[in-house]
Amino acid sequence: MGKFLLRRLTNYLVLVLLATSVGYFLAALSLNPRANFEERNPPPPPAVVDQQLYELNLNDKTPIVQRFSTWISGVAQGDFGKTIGGESVAVEMRRRMGVSLRLLLLGSIIGGVIGVLAGVVSAVKQYTLTDYSLTLVSFVILATPVFLLAVLLKVGGLSVNQALGTTIFYYTGEYTPGLTGPWWQLAVDRIQHLILPTLAVVLPGVAFYSRYQRNAMLDVLGSDFLRTAQAKGLTSRRAVLKHGLRTALIPMATFFAYQFGLLLIGATFTEKIFAWHGMGEWFVDSVTTNDVNVVAAVTLFAAVLVLVAGLLADLAYAALDPRVRIR
Amino acid sequence: MTAPISPAATGSAPATTAPGHAEDFRSLSRGRLVLRRFLRKRLAVVGLAVLVALFLLAFAGPALSKWGYASQDFAAFNQPPSAEHWFGTTQIGQDVYAQTMRGLQKSLVIGLLVAVFSTGIAAIVGSCAGYFGGWVDRVLMWLVDLLLVLPSFLIIAIASPRFRGKSWLLFVALLAGFGWMVTARIVRGLTLSLREREFVQAARLMGVPSGVIILRHLLPNMSSLLIIDATISVGGAILAETGLSYFGFGVQPPDVSLGTLIADGTPSALTFPWQFHFAAGLLIITVLAASAVGDGLRDALDPNIACERAR
Repeated sequence: MGKFLLRRLTNYLVLVLLATSVGYFLAALSLNPRANFEERNPPPPPAVVDQQLYELNLNDKTPIVQRFSTWISGVAQGDFGKTIGGESVAVEMRRRMGVSLRLLLLGSIIGGVIGVLAGVVSAVKQYTLTDYSLTLVSFVILATPVFLLAVLLKVGGLSVNQALGTTIFYYTGEYTPGLTGPWWQLAVDRIQHLILPTLAVVLPGVAFYSRYQRNAMLDVLGSDFLRTAQAKGLTSRRAVLKHGLRTALIPMATFFAYQFGLLLIGATFTEKIFAWHGMGEWFVDSVTTNDVNVVAAVTLFAAVLVLVAGLLADLAYAALDPRVRIR
Repeated sequence: MTAPISPAATGSAPATTAPGHAEDFRSLSRGRLVLRRFLRKRLAVVGLAVLVALFLLAFAGPALSKWGYASQDFAAFNQPPSAEHWFGTTQIGQDVYAQTMRGLQKSLVIGLLVAVFSTGIAAIVGSCAGYFGGWVDRVLMWLVDLLLVLPSFLIIAIASPRFRGKSWLLFVALLAGFGWMVTARIVRGLTLSLREREFVQAARLMGVPSGVIILRHLLPNMSSLLIIDATISVGGAILAETGLSYFGFGVQPPDVSLGTLIADGTPSALTFPWQFHFAAGLLIITVLAASAVGDGLRDALDPNIACERAR
């Protein structure tokens, strides 16, 4: 078991390194930071532009391999270079990572739990009104791109606010800037800001997991061991939850790893649309401002997260399926 | 040379062609079987009808209106739907109907092309990895792992400044080039079991070149899976395309797709809802219809799944 995880971990570390390198090279080749300086009015002299680009390690006159080695040796020491505005990427990243991770954690945990529960209910009550309505809702959500879902939630929240005449849902930023008051008022303010973005991340997850959990659960419900469990005297609820659910959760572990990448992209849309200053928003803005170092840093962040999700999925797999542990 | 395995090889082929070849009785019956199973799924038939209607609308629709997608009516800004402008107008007087039709056209075509190409790449990569094994397998699967680590959205977004101002076909190539990995894994798994079968070994012993074995013996035997996969990925491809276009990383102006239209309509979703809701609604309907067809086709082509699902 330990050996199995260790091997996976090494494999993952190599992949992170490679993915980051690919991200850096792609960004350095595709984005053109020079344009940022040359488009200034009045245009600065070329020598000044060169010097500034050189200080930021963004000068396209330096060979790309050299720029990369400067960057990667900095990363190894926790220095992610500078943004195109000359600020430290690492400082900004620390702040933004918290914002993104909060959204992603809430999204994956709430989405996973509700999705699995919905899938189980849907399977146990197969071909009933509950099943059909859950299926319909999840199909519609799966057919709605996250950006559209986020915009619709925003519009919906706004109409609720207008209908009630007070502001219940906020849809810009994480908290109201400059708000002072007792701590619970600040907490309520944060929650009001959190609801809509979290929903935008949670709902696709619920829809996704509930579909797969329903299928996995249906397979299990017809199996012999569940009948045996009931025959030996377990109530059907106990049998389904203790024996059925555990078995049906095994394939979900794989889907969790796969779905996490999608969640990450979904969070990008959500952050951008709800003006949360997280990693996703940063990425989209940096591509438009040709900020190579930031783009590379976000790529690293994404790769690490996807692989952590993969590792967690491996662990969950081992926890749920004893056969993996024996090997 | 391929005579002994032709029933297996052609067995699933008719699904790609119309079931109308009367001279080939065996394929006709298989095609009919699939068709009958498909028609039994009401939802899938509705989905197919909707998809066909959307295609007709997207390609014939622009001809019905006198407005082009790029033309402007300087007498009507932000007008609600009327007899003159069926879906209303935008802030600069563009006809929302003409724009939406154009966007639908683009999104549908991109979705279809990406689905076909990515399934094609997956078929070739997966079958090569499975058939050759050894270092080919290791290198290809490793590539798959690497590409799965980097979300394709990020890669395409980073690369987008490079194809700004170039053909949208490049965008299709990128979407397809980063969307084949999961299917390639499945194809590889199937190939591993197929290559041990007698008809493949017979072909190999008779000296049939590897490429021919893959194209003529392995891939036709997975045609069901490939067709299902291509159909299902249409919806995913449309979602990916609109998502990238929403941020300006995909289809570039002056051309439009449903994604750019939704992005343009978002700020006025409450004040001038017609600029937003038509494109949004059509997008959801398109993806829903595509996934309904995909599900129906899977049940029709793969009776094992259908049996499991039956009550």
